[in-house]
Amino acid sequence: MKLTPRRRRRLFRVAGYVVFALVIVGVAAAADWGRLSDAFLRSDVARSMFPEAITVALRNTIAYTLLAFAFGLTMGLVLALMRLSTILPYRWFATAYIELFRGLPSLLVLFMVGYGVPLAFPDREIPGGVYGSVTVGLGLTAAAYMAETLRAGIQAVPKGQLEAARTLGMSHPRAMISIVLPQAFRIVIPPLTNEIILLTKDTSLVYVLGVTSSTIELTKFAGDALNQRVNPTPLVVAGLLYLVITLPLSQVVRGLERRAARER
Amino acid sequence: MSTIEIDGLHKSFGKLEVLRGIDLSVEPGEVVCVIGPSGSGKSTLLRCVNLLEEPTSGTIRVAGAEVTDPDVDIDAVRRGIGMVFQQFNLFGHLTVRENVTIAQRRVLKRGKAEANRIASENLDRVGLSDKADSYPAQLSGGQQQRVAIARALAMDPRLMLFDEPTSALDPELVGEVLAVMRGLAADGMTMLVVTHEMAFAREVASRVVFMDAGVIVEQGPPAQVFGRPREERTREFLHRVLEPTRVSEAELRD
Ligand SMILES: Nc1ncnc2c1ncn2[C@@H]1O[C@H](COP(=O)(O)OP(=O)(O)O)[C@@H](O)[C@H]1O
Ligand SMILES: [Mg+2]
Repeated sequence: MKLTPRRRRRLFRVAGYVVFALVIVGVAAAADWGRLSDAFLRSDVARSMFPEAITVALRNTIAYTLLAFAFGLTMGLVLALMRLSTILPYRWFATAYIELFRGLPSLLVLFMVGYGVPLAFPDREIPGGVYGSVTVGLGLTAAAYMAETLRAGIQAVPKGQLEAARTLGMSHPRAMISIVLPQAFRIVIPPLTNEIILLTKDTSLVYVLGVTSSTIELTKFAGDALNQRVNPTPLVVAGLLYLVITLPLSQVVRGLERRAARER
Repeated sequence: MSTIEIDGLHKSFGKLEVLRGIDLSVEPGEVVCVIGPSGSGKSTLLRCVNLLEEPTSGTIRVAGAEVTDPDVDIDAVRRGIGMVFQQFNLFGHLTVRENVTIAQRRVLKRGKAEANRIASENLDRVGLSDKADSYPAQLSGGQQQRVAIARALAMDPRLMLFDEPTSALDPELVGEVLAVMRGLAADGMTMLVVTHEMAFAREVASRVVFMDAGVIVEQGPPAQVFGRPREERTREFLHRVLEPTRVSEAELRD
């Protein structure tokens, strides 16, 4: 049988599938599933985590995410506008801020906010207790990322849109608010949704601020349960609950990107 | 009082001098068509009139107000000048009706009902009253450009600027936009039009201005500029534009 290019391509593809399947099956067969499921899938341990896993831990994870996102989005918008400003010191400040906070680990920033701010301002505290500290602590970092996303979105709106608005007698701020920003936001919804997903996972760092039974989030909640039951099943439960948040968001991103691709 | 009065206008982008001393006035009710090779500064001239570009030197008055005065309220001046772009520049996130009402509401502070009524009148005028609830992306290029004209008209401008309004259109859509512009001219609108549509200029213009390399080479009634051009550069340009299939290879070498 002669090996035509088409046959050869098919042969390679089949070989690829076979190797892939062998690796998967090999790893799966090598693992000790009995011991694994005894350790990670104990239904009594899992059951004991509810309903607090949802009513407290999941709820707080979502609350921390949304608060930090709202703070980050607002501050990110201000930073993006500063970066695009004609005023040089504004541009410097925004650029320095973005470079700094993108370069620092979220954990460090959260720690600094949680313990540094009370030292710097002894008579004041961030309102809202842990919720306030998390909002600022995670929001500061998120703002740096979102500022870059928003800047790209604003720049993706054709220059003619601003010119047309100005030609109709709108002031620059009015034209930005009514014409440019609404279109920029549409462009950046998919990357901003990704930002929420990243923030959701970053809420697992909140434990460094010291949380109580009412402000606890998923990761710390699972860690406590693990210590108490001396069994890692709670980690699986927490992981599944994170997926409950992040998988639908990924679907949303994919849907939006597909729609954007169609409209283009 | 002239609607536009331009004196000694110069405009440079860095080292590139694009406008090199333009004097031009447009009287109320006049339709002035600007023609000339691409890169000669036609768009820049138009954009200086409503200060989308800042002149390097010279003065421009629109209806008596000096737009080049540093203390001028530029937003107020622009309100009286409609502008139509080659690329339409409709607001993509708004419906046709919202495109025509947003500046009325936000700039002129008209009430919703009044803005909608004026939008309907102007959409009617450009023949698109049935498209009020569509989005720009759902319209053809010719329809989009007519909405852009309605959007400008809704601000009650005393002057309309057109920058090659039909150059981005498929050939079969050019006519509908020119028809709207012809109607505007007949209604007495003062218009400054950059165009490559020579037939339109010949028929509608009260005056034709030929620009080349940042200066006005000659101007006059269309019959004169098209029929008996005084300048060699004008003749050569018209030959290339009006008889593109008869440009010989020898002419390309200079
Ligand atoms: N914003 C700008 N920056 C730099 N050069 C420009 C700018 N706008 C126009 N030009 C240049 O000015 C010249 C005239 O442009 P333009 O007025 O658009 O000519 P026309 O409309 O007659 O084709 C061109 O060489 C163009 O490249
Ligand atoms: Mg041009």
